[in-house]
Amino acid sequence: MKKQMIPVPAAFVAALMASLAWADGVPMPRTVPAAYTQECGACHLAFPPGLLPAASWQRVMAGLGRHFGTDASLDAGTAQPLRAWLQANAGTYKRVREEPPQDRITQSNWFLRKHREVAPDVFRRTSIKSAANCAACHGGADQGNFSEHAVRIPK
Amino acid sequence: MKPAPALAAALILLAAWHPLSAAAADTSIAAQLARWQGQAGAPASAERGQAFFEGRHGGDLSCSSCHGMPPTGPGKHASTGKPIDPLAPAFNPARFTDTAKVDKWFTRNCKDVLARECSASEKADVLAWLASLKP
Repeated sequence: MKKQMIPVPAAFVAALMASLAWADGVPMPRTVPAAYTQECGACHLAFPPGLLPAASWQRVMAGLGRHFGTDASLDAGTAQPLRAWLQANAGTYKRVREEPPQDRITQSNWFLRKHREVAPDVFRRTSIKSAANCAACHGGADQGNFSEHAVRIPK
Repeated sequence: MKPAPALAAALILLAAWHPLSAAAADTSIAAQLARWQGQAGAPASAERGQAFFEGRHGGDLSCSSCHGMPPTGPGKHASTGKPIDPLAPAFNPARFTDTAKVDKWFTRNCKDVLARECSASEKADVLAWLASLKP
């Protein structure tokens, strides 16, 4: 069998798949370090790394001692593989390429645009508390499924 | 095809015996209480522990802001809203079974609530109270 590698259509297909993937969310990479779920996922959703660009993850990991108002520092042995994994799986798709203010996923333009129909006081409900609490409304958030059809906004 | 019950039982036994699954459970709340009480050099008080757990210590948060009061059911992270499993070990046997985890979370959470690390006697008091919570 002859090998038929045609780079341009392949890139096109990859881009198409990336945009299709975005329709339903940003899937978690196939392998997720246990420390990511255990450490990062202890306080908030273990966010799919594709939701932030590499430069933002770099700063987040460099500033864990002052992590959005809390000390989330990790020992070097735990932090290093997570840093590498986040860099390898950071968002590269057009929409995620820009670095949001304060490296907050919830301040990204795409995030604000997707949530413009949700009033600020909805996010403040006791059942939700924060725009970072994805799983409050997105049932499949922990698998990176943010499909609009699965949204259920709690009272 | 269903595995024979004997095989299933053997697999469960093997999983329970396997060193990887046993690695996390290196301690217990009794051992941790003894550890901090020893360092404090004085007996712990469950009553003081409860007051400490509920108190705001001059800030906006108490331990109970995230763990709930009493911490026998699920709590909720005060800023992100993420659910937190029950803290009292009688309601969640996984609690206080990993020394590194106990140390890490005492350090982190005391900084959030008290803006400093907790003393050995404060930790002993809280553990004495948590151990006293029964269904």
